[in-house]
Amino acid sequence: MSRISQCFERLKLDGQTALIPYITAGDPARWVTVPMMHALVESGANLIELGVPFSDPMSDGPVIQKACERALKNEMSIHHVLDMVKQFREKDTETPIVLMGYTNPIEAMGYREFAAEAKEAGVDGILTVDMPPEESEEFLVILKEAGIDTIFLVSPTTSVERMALIAEHAQGFVYYVSLKGVTGAAVIDVAAVEEKLALLKQQTQLPVGVGFGIRDGKSAAAVSEVADAVVVGSTLVNCIAEHEADPEALPAVIAGLLAEMRHAINARDMASK
Amino acid sequence: MAKQMENNYYDSYPDERGHFGPYGGRFVGETLMEALYALEEAYNRYKTEPEFQAEMDKDLADYVGRPSPLYLAENWTQQLGGAQIFLKREDLNHTGAHKVNNTIGQALLAKRMGKKRIIAETGAGQHGVATATVAARLGMECVVYMGAEDVKRQAMNVYRMKLLGAEVIPVESGSQTLKDALNEALRDWVTNVDDTFYIIGTVAGPHPYPAMVRDFQAIIGHEARQQILNVTGKLPDALIACIGGGSNAIGLFHPFIGDEGVAMYGVEGAGHGIETGQHAAPMCAGTSGILHGNRTYLMQDENGQITETHSISAGLDYPGVGPEHAWLKDIGRAEYVSVTDDEALQAFHDLTRTEGIIPALESSHALAYASKLAPTMSPEQSLIINLSGRGDKDMHTVAALAGLNF
Repeated sequence: MSRISQCFERLKLDGQTALIPYITAGDPARWVTVPMMHALVESGANLIELGVPFSDPMSDGPVIQKACERALKNEMSIHHVLDMVKQFREKDTETPIVLMGYTNPIEAMGYREFAAEAKEAGVDGILTVDMPPEESEEFLVILKEAGIDTIFLVSPTTSVERMALIAEHAQGFVYYVSLKGVTGAAVIDVAAVEEKLALLKQQTQLPVGVGFGIRDGKSAAAVSEVADAVVVGSTLVNCIAEHEADPEALPAVIAGLLAEMRHAINARDMASK
Repeated sequence: MAKQMENNYYDSYPDERGHFGPYGGRFVGETLMEALYALEEAYNRYKTEPEFQAEMDKDLADYVGRPSPLYLAENWTQQLGGAQIFLKREDLNHTGAHKVNNTIGQALLAKRMGKKRIIAETGAGQHGVATATVAARLGMECVVYMGAEDVKRQAMNVYRMKLLGAEVIPVESGSQTLKDALNEALRDWVTNVDDTFYIIGTVAGPHPYPAMVRDFQAIIGHEARQQILNVTGKLPDALIACIGGGSNAIGLFHPFIGDEGVAMYGVEGAGHGIETGQHAAPMCAGTSGILHGNRTYLMQDENGQITETHSISAGLDYPGVGPEHAWLKDIGRAEYVSVTDDEALQAFHDLTRTEGIIPALESSHALAYASKLAPTMSPEQSLIINLSGRGDKDMHTVAALAGLNF
């Protein structure tokens, strides 16, 4: 069983909702990414999504676009991202890591070489936002051989037929994008999410994470009502942008921000037990 | 033999998932997948529907002014001393370029699909103007994304779009040129996918765009083929067109792909020179990768980050190219070359003075390559250059180089 599946099994036994923070690797400084990852785990992250910076992030709003720009200014490459994972694994062998980004940096490295190095570094899952199942045949086989989970997105526009297609290929968990739009856009509509998740749950046994539009403890708790995992990205990245000039403070600051969401989710989890 | 090649090629590319060999495809976020399937289905339904075809033919004749003439440039032919040079006069179309052939088609499709709002990206502004034009005529809301850098160098076209009632949104991210405008238009589409139709201006983007835009532009080649047969009684020996995303080139090339004796040259912008790295020539100097929904040749670094491009012409200033061109390059059916800013500028002045035609700087790249190729050919041979647009929009750029400011 993969580290991601084990993580969700354990949380299920405890009646807990997973909390998944996203940060862009190398933003705002290369050295601070791994300390931030550890700080996020200490304040309640169950799994980490590490963004691989790309020059043309067409599915992201301005907050994550700028994070990519800051990271690329620091000359981040996919090799550096893998080095960070390796470094993180020196202290933490339990928390699953999902790399999230776009296809081209992986394509440039070569699927096989990437899969081998990612596995060796300790990566557990890959989410390439611009590679739907229709285009991922070759990559899926290679990742499967390497023992890395492939995470797919489902969106409000996804039909039941496509949900079935995605469920056929998805591993680890399914990421439900709560709204039509780019990252960091609007506020989440939990009732609409619940309706769609009911359909999705008929197609897959995998846990479902929900992201896009979660910005504080309150919205995180509301989403935990209907989801197995809560994904939070732009809110953290916004905070990182505010502290661009003071990266030393960042691990403590974003840990504080995540802890607030953890407490809100825990309170909700306890209440529903 | 020629017939066989024709059938094989036209039946095979793209395949049902939008692939031209390894290129093309649909590399987009999940939210857009259903919209792409819906678009493909609508396009397949209407492209063979007689009513849709009749409406489009009427618009192309009465509104655009087609067929565009095929003009024998006698003075220039004589000056270069080689092959007979024919110009396919897309510059005479309404709005001044080939772009309108495609926006007419896509806008009619948008109307039939019940969409209320049209968005587009634009580089030089020609596609933006052509989109704003059809939107004004159909009474649809229109938003055009344009790199902030391009907004500056194409002020006239920005004003034209505003006069036509479009909202022009300058894109400040990245290199602030065409690729960033495309990113932003895709972000708009993903947010407003229910009521919005995205009119892509070139043969790039996710399937079905490369095939659909090609089909709408192929009227250029179909007309040119018939016109030159009427004049010379035989097919041309070569076709030449400039390549940014590649829509005017594929429009001219596609109907000739099965004619093996017809050589095809796509001309990329070499900017300050390929060796300087400051250019826009992904097929001459790039590698395969994935951007804007398709796999194709790109300008990128060894880590898969897209690099900045440079060309004197905003319409060529793009780090990718349509996937069908990538495939035509790999199978050797078309040849891709490049000319520098300076060479294009020289051709711009040459055509203006010898033929009294002021070409767009984009099209001037095709002219510059013709001025190298024609003298190596004999007077019995002929070549067709796609004069894809007129130069009015470039007056500021050219005047500024001469030290003049209006």
